[in-house]
Amino acid sequence: MAVQSDVIDDAGPYDRAKALSAFKLGDVTFYWITRLSAISVLLILGGIIVSLIVGAFPAMKEYGLSFLWTQRWAPSADPPVLGALGPMYGTLVTSFIAMLIAIPVGLGIAIFLTELCPQWLRRPIGMAVELLAGIPSIIYGMWGFFVLGPFLANTFQPFMIRIFDGVPVLGAIFAGPPSYLSLFNAALILAIMVLPFITSISVDVFKTVPPVLKEAAYGVGCTTWEVVRSVVIPYTRVGIIGGVMLALGRALGETMAVTFIIGNSFRISSSIFAPGTTISAAIASEFAESDGLHQSGLILLGLLLFVLTFFVLAAARLMLLRLEKKAGK
Amino acid sequence: MNFLKTMVVAGLVAASTTVAFAADITGAGATFPFPIYSKWADAYKKETGNGLNYQSIGSGGGIKQIQAKTVTFGASDAPLKAEQLEKDGLVQWPMVMGAIVPVVNIEGVKPGELMFDGETLANIYLGKITKWDDAAIKKLNPNAKLPAEAITVVRRSDGSGTTFNFTNYLSKASADWKSKVGEGTAVEWPVGVGAKGNEGVSGNISQTKNSIGYVEYAYAKQNKLTYAGLVNKAGKPVQPTVEAFQAAASNADWAKAPGYYVILTDQPGDKSWPITAATFILMHKDATDKAASQEAIKFFRWAFKNGGKAAEELDYIPMPDGVVKLIEKTWAAEIKS
Repeated sequence: MAVQSDVIDDAGPYDRAKALSAFKLGDVTFYWITRLSAISVLLILGGIIVSLIVGAFPAMKEYGLSFLWTQRWAPSADPPVLGALGPMYGTLVTSFIAMLIAIPVGLGIAIFLTELCPQWLRRPIGMAVELLAGIPSIIYGMWGFFVLGPFLANTFQPFMIRIFDGVPVLGAIFAGPPSYLSLFNAALILAIMVLPFITSISVDVFKTVPPVLKEAAYGVGCTTWEVVRSVVIPYTRVGIIGGVMLALGRALGETMAVTFIIGNSFRISSSIFAPGTTISAAIASEFAESDGLHQSGLILLGLLLFVLTFFVLAAARLMLLRLEKKAGK
Repeated sequence: MNFLKTMVVAGLVAASTTVAFAADITGAGATFPFPIYSKWADAYKKETGNGLNYQSIGSGGGIKQIQAKTVTFGASDAPLKAEQLEKDGLVQWPMVMGAIVPVVNIEGVKPGELMFDGETLANIYLGKITKWDDAAIKKLNPNAKLPAEAITVVRRSDGSGTTFNFTNYLSKASADWKSKVGEGTAVEWPVGVGAKGNEGVSGNISQTKNSIGYVEYAYAKQNKLTYAGLVNKAGKPVQPTVEAFQAAASNADWAKAPGYYVILTDQPGDKSWPITAATFILMHKDATDKAASQEAIKFFRWAFKNGGKAAEELDYIPMPDGVVKLIEKTWAAEIKS
């Protein structure tokens, strides 16, 4: 302490103007550093888009818009016939089923953790959810391939096929033969993988609900279910949707685990127990040994995933905006 | 402090000298021969002190890298055509061979018991034959107990030289396959599930009952999969053995093939295994770095001479002596020193 005061004494009286301009300079520098960091995001994103477009251009020129609704994927034909319908279908279907499973389960875990769970059980469940998020996707893929796939093919799928056999529409969706590698198996793996995103974000936002609101609701005789439905969820809606979108983003782009367990077939089948493929799985599988138009087609698939994700996120923003308007905020 | 500085400087000097003097050969390409190339490189380094840096980035990548002159040699499972070699000023030769075998998982069927021919195999992969007790399969295997179950077809999902050679064989054996699917590292598969890599296909086969797939011989052997025999071009049934693979290579007409462009599928000869494949090395005739180029040739010569045993240990098949002599002549004639 003594040393410090000595130093101050030695420095003598400050020049006020000089000190102020030094502060100002610091402030301006700080402003520019943060601004440049922020702008760099746009530059990087722009760079990625430009390089994707450049790489995809030959395929765009060759196939045009028909790329979107062609189901054939024949890279070794002469000339190659490439269409994105199969992978696009697979991407959307697996993500949709994954969200269908993960949203209710994820929210269920979050509600249980914050509202109902006895104190001693909170930490183990919370940790388990976080660990789920920490598992590398290749491990999910291997587990899906060696454990989940055989289980589904031998137990779950035959059961579903039997129940829905002959039922219109559902019979076609749950049609056999059972398969180790299928769209449904991939969707289930995805659901497990995105669960932690939905759960931990929901837990965090549920904790932001002011206790006084909940206490008031309990005070007028609400049940726990009513408090969750009418107080907690409306209060945290924006946060929950944010978590769901993050999860959906991951589901759309997940590569390694899906490649392992989806069966990598470009054909579209009405059955979700049939093999399929996703955009990212197709790129990961074929990119290394591709060239020419084939490679350009794969890059175009990548660009498509980019656009698809962008639209999904934009739609989510729009939905959020509407909800907010309706809530009168 | 001074001591530390001296150490650091000494270390740096040592490091820079090793970088400057050790003639490290660089190569890139096919993943299939990676295990044997790295084993050879290891033994060669012990003997001569010269290292080899091989990046297994895939055949397509290997071709691109040698064309761009970023490596001393490229490696590819699918050979380049003679016109292409001429255009890029490249020399190409086969380095080591492998074989592809059909594998099945049917209860009660032991390795080597089942027999297929190209036509039947093509029809299974076309989805025309869907049951194991199909008449065509029964005809080839009158004594086998075949279940009345659906066939699960397994194939590679990633682009690969294995797929190229397998589909090339099916194209030669079946006109229908040739017109509907054709050959390539990645093709438009009519049926089946795609698994990643040889290990993916092996894993799938061993887990799925009543399945069929194709893998490199080494994978079938190491994973103890139920391989099947094939009827070759001469109409003779053959089992996948090293002798059968070498017979295919010996019977191929290397001398008359410009740039050694021989795909070793469906070769003549009573003993030839029909889906054998060589993996190729590509080098510039007139390389910018001639010293590195000569170093690489020295390494390949050493590998042909001393590497056969190591190759066999890893279930690769060394090139027959007659072919090696031809290749050495090619080196002398075409690569400028």
